[in-house]
Amino acid sequence: MLERIEKARKAIAGACRKVDKPIQVMEVCGTHTVAIFRHGIRSLLPKNLKLLSGPGCPVCVTDQGYIDVILELAQRDDVILATYGDMMRVPGKAGSLESLHRSTIKVVLSTDDALTLAQKHPDKIVVFAAVGFETTTPPSAVAVADAAKEGVKNFCILSGHKLVVPAMQALLGAKNDKIDAFLCPGHVSVILGSDAYKPVVEQFKRPCVVAGFEAVQILEGLANICEQVAEGTARVDSIYGAAVTPQGNATARKIIAEAFEPCDGAWRGLGVIPGATLRLKEKYSRFDALKRFGMEEIPAEELGGCQCGRVLCGLIDPPQCPLFGRTCTPDAPIGPCMVSTEGACSAWYKYGK
Amino acid sequence: MEEKKKIMLAHGGGGRLMADLINRTIVPKFGEGQSVQLTDSAVLDMPAGKLCFTTDSFVVKPLFFNGGDIGKLAVCGTVNDLAVAGAKPVALSLSLILEEGLELEVLERILESIGRTAKNANVPIVTGDTKVVEKGSADSIFINTSGVGVRLDKADPSFARIEPGDAILINGTLGEHGMTIMSQREGLKFQTPLASDCACLHDLTGILYEELGSSVKFMRDPTRGGIAATLNEIAQSARVAVELQEACLPMDKTVQTAADMLGFDLLNIANEGKVLAVVAREDADKALTLWKNHPLGQKAAIIGTITEAADGPLVELVTKIGGRRMVQTPYGRELPRIC
Repeated sequence: MLERIEKARKAIAGACRKVDKPIQVMEVCGTHTVAIFRHGIRSLLPKNLKLLSGPGCPVCVTDQGYIDVILELAQRDDVILATYGDMMRVPGKAGSLESLHRSTIKVVLSTDDALTLAQKHPDKIVVFAAVGFETTTPPSAVAVADAAKEGVKNFCILSGHKLVVPAMQALLGAKNDKIDAFLCPGHVSVILGSDAYKPVVEQFKRPCVVAGFEAVQILEGLANICEQVAEGTARVDSIYGAAVTPQGNATARKIIAEAFEPCDGAWRGLGVIPGATLRLKEKYSRFDALKRFGMEEIPAEELGGCQCGRVLCGLIDPPQCPLFGRTCTPDAPIGPCMVSTEGACSAWYKYGK
Repeated sequence: MEEKKKIMLAHGGGGRLMADLINRTIVPKFGEGQSVQLTDSAVLDMPAGKLCFTTDSFVVKPLFFNGGDIGKLAVCGTVNDLAVAGAKPVALSLSLILEEGLELEVLERILESIGRTAKNANVPIVTGDTKVVEKGSADSIFINTSGVGVRLDKADPSFARIEPGDAILINGTLGEHGMTIMSQREGLKFQTPLASDCACLHDLTGILYEELGSSVKFMRDPTRGGIAATLNEIAQSARVAVELQEACLPMDKTVQTAADMLGFDLLNIANEGKVLAVVAREDADKALTLWKNHPLGQKAAIIGTITEAADGPLVELVTKIGGRRMVQTPYGRELPRIC
C-alpha cells in the first residue's frame, strides 16, 4: 500500500510542477473532507495544490429555514422528532435540538427506527428530519412506502433531501468558477454512477474523479485530477471501481423516483437552486410534514455573520471566517459547518493546527 | 403469573424493609469471610504510607452490556482511579440510589457482579448506603463508590515529572467500552460481537510501578473522551507536546469498523480497561515486555513520544501515510453522522 501512496504522491508532485498556477480541487463530500484531514493528506501535498471543501455535508447545506422548522415542530407536544445525530446541535432561532432538552427528540440511525418509533407511540406524530443526498434518500422513500403499506398514520417526514450534481453545476455556474476540478463523492456515486458527472464535464470542462475514502484512494484520485489539469483535459474517471459503476444503482434511483420529485429549494450558501431539492410526490402528501401541519414552503434564510455559505462554495477557508475559533467553536457552534462531524469548519478546527 | 418483586420507597425508609434489604439482599453478595461490620464507619487497619482516596459515580445505560454491567464498572472504575495514582487499593464504599419500581432481581444481579468483581480484585467493600427515590427521580439505579488505597513505595507519578523523550504506552486496543455501550443503547442497535474492556487494572499498574519505580512518570485510565482527552490533559498539565504514531495504535478490526460506520474517531471513545503510561525512554521496552506478559496487556504497544511544546501543548498524530494532524479534546458527546 505504501508503494501506491508513494507513486500517487510522485504523480501529484510531477503534475503540479507542470502547472505554474494554483490548482483548486473541490472535494464535494463531507466524508472526504474528514478523511483528508484524518489521514493528514493536506500536509503531504505540493503548495500549489489547494483543496476546497464543498457542499457535500448534509447538515451544512441544509438551509437555516429548514432548521427553524424542525425546531418549531420539535417543540410541539404532539410530536416526536426523529433525526440523524448530526442535526442535534445545529443552531436555529430557538436554540438547537440538543438545547431544547426534550425527551421527545430522538436520535435514530435509520428511517426504520423512526418508523418503529411511530408504531410504538400511536398517540404522537413522529416527524423524521429527512436530510442528505442520494445516499440517504432511498431509506426515506422506503420508510414512506412502508408507512403507506402498513397503514401507519402517525408518521411523516420533513424532506430536505438534495441532489448533488445540480449543486455542482450551480456552484460552477454562479458562485465559484475558480474550481479547477471535483473529487467526487464515493457513497453518492455508488447510487448515481460515475456517468452522472458527464454533464459537469461537458458543460464546464472540469475533470470529475470519483474516489473512495482510504488515504491511497484519495491520493490516487488527486493524482488523476492533477494529471488531467496538467494535460488540459477534462473527463470523468472513477478509481473506486470496486463500488462505483458508470451506471450506478438503478434500483435505488427507482426507489427515489417512486416517492420523490425534484423541486426548487434553498441551499445554505448557494441560495435557491432549481430542481436540486426533493419533495414527496402528491400520492404520498399525507406523509409530508409541511402539509400535515399546514405549514407553508420552507422559507430561505441566512444566518447573520456566519460565513458557512462562502465556505461551502469554496470561496474562503474556514479560518478566514471572522467567527472561526473565536465565537464559533465545536463546543459553541454558530454555523452548521462547525457542528457536523463532516463539516469543513469542524474538520479544520479539530485536525488543523 | 407472579408479579416480580420491586423496590419500594419503604426499602429506603429506615425501617424493617430496609434492614431486610441490607441484611438479606445486599450484604450476603459481598462474599463470606469479608468482615462487614454494619457500623456507621468502617474501621480499617491501614498499611503505612501515603493514603490515596478517590470517588466516582456510575450512571451507565444499559445497565447490562457485553463484557460487564454497572456493578462491575462501579468497582473497576474506582479501583482504577486508585491504581493509576500508584496505589494498592485497600477498601471500597458502595452507595446505591435506587429508583422506586426497580426489579429486585435486577438489583441482585448487579450486587452479585459487584461482589464478584470486588472479590476477584481482592478489594473488600467495607461500608455503604442505600437510598430509594420516587419513580422518575432517577434512572433505575445510580451507584457511587469511593476507595482508599496506599501508594506503593516506589510510585511517584506526577505531571511535573513528564519530559520530552518519554515514551507513551497503552495496554491494548482502543474504544471497546464506548463502542459496546453505543451499539447496545436504545436506538443505536446494530448487531456486533463487541464487548466492553471493563477490568480492574491495579495489578497491571502495580507491576510497572514495582519494577520500574520512578521511571514511570505518569499513568491515567483513558475513560470518557478516550485517549484524545487524556493525552490533551497530559500535554496541557505538563506543558509538553505529544506525538502519536497512528501505525502503532492497537485497534480491533470490529471496533474500528463500527466506529467508521458511525463516523467516530476511536481516539475519542471511552475505555474502561485501558491505561496510558508515560515512561522514561530507557525503560520503555522493559515496560512493554512487563505488560505484554500480563493477561490485560497482551496487545500493549508504545504509541507515541512526549516532545517539546514548541507550538504550545498540542497532541499531534503522525498518520499511517506519513501525514500529520491534530488530536483535540473531544466535545463530550459523540453523535452518529448521517451518511
